[in-house]
Amino acid sequence: MILDSLRFIADSAVDVLPIAVFLFVFQRLVIGAPMANRKNIVIGFVFVVVGLGLFLIGLERTLFPLGRLMAQQLTDPAFLRDAAALPGQVLGWQDYYWVYLFALAIGFSTTLAEPALIAVSMKANMVSGGAVGVWGLRVAVAIGVGVGVSLGCYRIISGLPLHYFIAAGYLVVIAQTCMAPKAMIPLAYDSGGVTTSTVTVPLITALGLGLAEVVPGRSPVLDGFGLVAFASVFPIISVLAYGQFALLRERASKVARRERVTKVVKYD
Amino acid sequence: MNDSLTIFAKDMLGSLRDLAPIVLVIAIFQVFVVGGSAEELLALAGGAIPVVLGLTFFIFGLRLALFPIGEGLAHSLAERGSVFWLVAFAFALGFGTTFAEPALMAVADEAAEVAAEANVITATDAARDAYAWGLRLTVAVAVGVALVAGVFRILVNWSLPVMIIGGYLLVLLLTYVAPEEIIGIAYDSGGVTTSTVTVPLVTALGVGLASSLKGRNPMSDGFGLIALASLTPILFVLVFGMVMQWT
Repeated sequence: MILDSLRFIADSAVDVLPIAVFLFVFQRLVIGAPMANRKNIVIGFVFVVVGLGLFLIGLERTLFPLGRLMAQQLTDPAFLRDAAALPGQVLGWQDYYWVYLFALAIGFSTTLAEPALIAVSMKANMVSGGAVGVWGLRVAVAIGVGVGVSLGCYRIISGLPLHYFIAAGYLVVIAQTCMAPKAMIPLAYDSGGVTTSTVTVPLITALGLGLAEVVPGRSPVLDGFGLVAFASVFPIISVLAYGQFALLRERASKVARRERVTKVVKYD
Repeated sequence: MNDSLTIFAKDMLGSLRDLAPIVLVIAIFQVFVVGGSAEELLALAGGAIPVVLGLTFFIFGLRLALFPIGEGLAHSLAERGSVFWLVAFAFALGFGTTFAEPALMAVADEAAEVAAEANVITATDAARDAYAWGLRLTVAVAVGVALVAGVFRILVNWSLPVMIIGGYLLVLLLTYVAPEEIIGIAYDSGGVTTSTVTVPLVTALGVGLASSLKGRNPMSDGFGLIALASLTPILFVLVFGMVMQWT
């Protein structure tokens, strides 16, 4: 156990090495001045290496097995009641509804709690002059990720080609980009990147691979990957849609206000 | 010292918040839907401790060492405006941060495991490690190239939408040529690269560069780097799969 941990930490030291080396080299060659706060920097790198090692241990012990376990349990034919009633019947994609629900819940909840997203939402609120609500945007991205991961699970179970979905997704994004309010576009593209956090990625990767292992006729190599890609495209769509909705709502409320004003004038 | 303690506590809270929704959703499903055994779950929950501790240490260390130097370098390089050093820095930054990205390590390890099971590579530890290593190197080079292209774009003012749409068309084209088993991994690696380590440093570079040049918008130019960094890994990993198939 301790030996194992040491091995993981040694591995992570190798992983961090290139970035440490290049920062030192640049500092020396380009800036020429020695680094300020040398003590902090050494301590910081020790923390990075030890932290990465610990995280990788937890990954192997918890996040991977959990994703696999959930995939196995939720697709177990004995667990899926409808199938149990009719033994021998082949399960169709619609029988795996618990998987879709689980994927939706994981995608939605992890995204809603994502700190990077909170920062982006506040920026969006400022840029749009209050038209885009902080909570509205967070919920929009979370729905995007939830639906994306869920649809990704459907793709794994049905075995349809990944690039059909991704290409269709980007076509929708392009169409929306032409119509959406300008200020929303960079934010929407950004939100695709910020949603897939370091904890979520391993879990949903394991979920997808687990699904591809247990669903009859699927292979992990051909069908198991792709959930992260889904989780990156769909939030873009949902945020652009939300931006359009916010714009329309604001216009509608302006029109309503004007009508109210003219009515008041008439009654006078 | 007190300051670092507060920052440490904040990072710890952040990691807990990252993990909390996952624990919650899985607990709800286990109790109400599956009815899993308590023992098995407790054993798994024990593994959550290294995840939280590890993520906390990692991010705390980044804040203490990496982010200050990286941001300082990005700003002073952008100010000096030497194209050679800027490009070299952009490449090294993309390469280094991606190589140390925990989420990418996770996906690469899983990909190697799966490739071994499917007999794409031989099922030895050495072959698996080599495959995972190759995948990570490929993605790291891809992000390096993306940042170089992004820096060029900011300097000469190329159109971002044209680059992005052209890139995705190329992805679609390569999808038909590349071996089937690499496609999923390739598409996933685009989303994996833009997380914990890369985004803050890349944003610092983009914003620093854009604000030191006249007539550039820091907001939209900083974002362009991230968008490119999600695109090139897909292309490069597809090519990686093709090369692996030929050899």
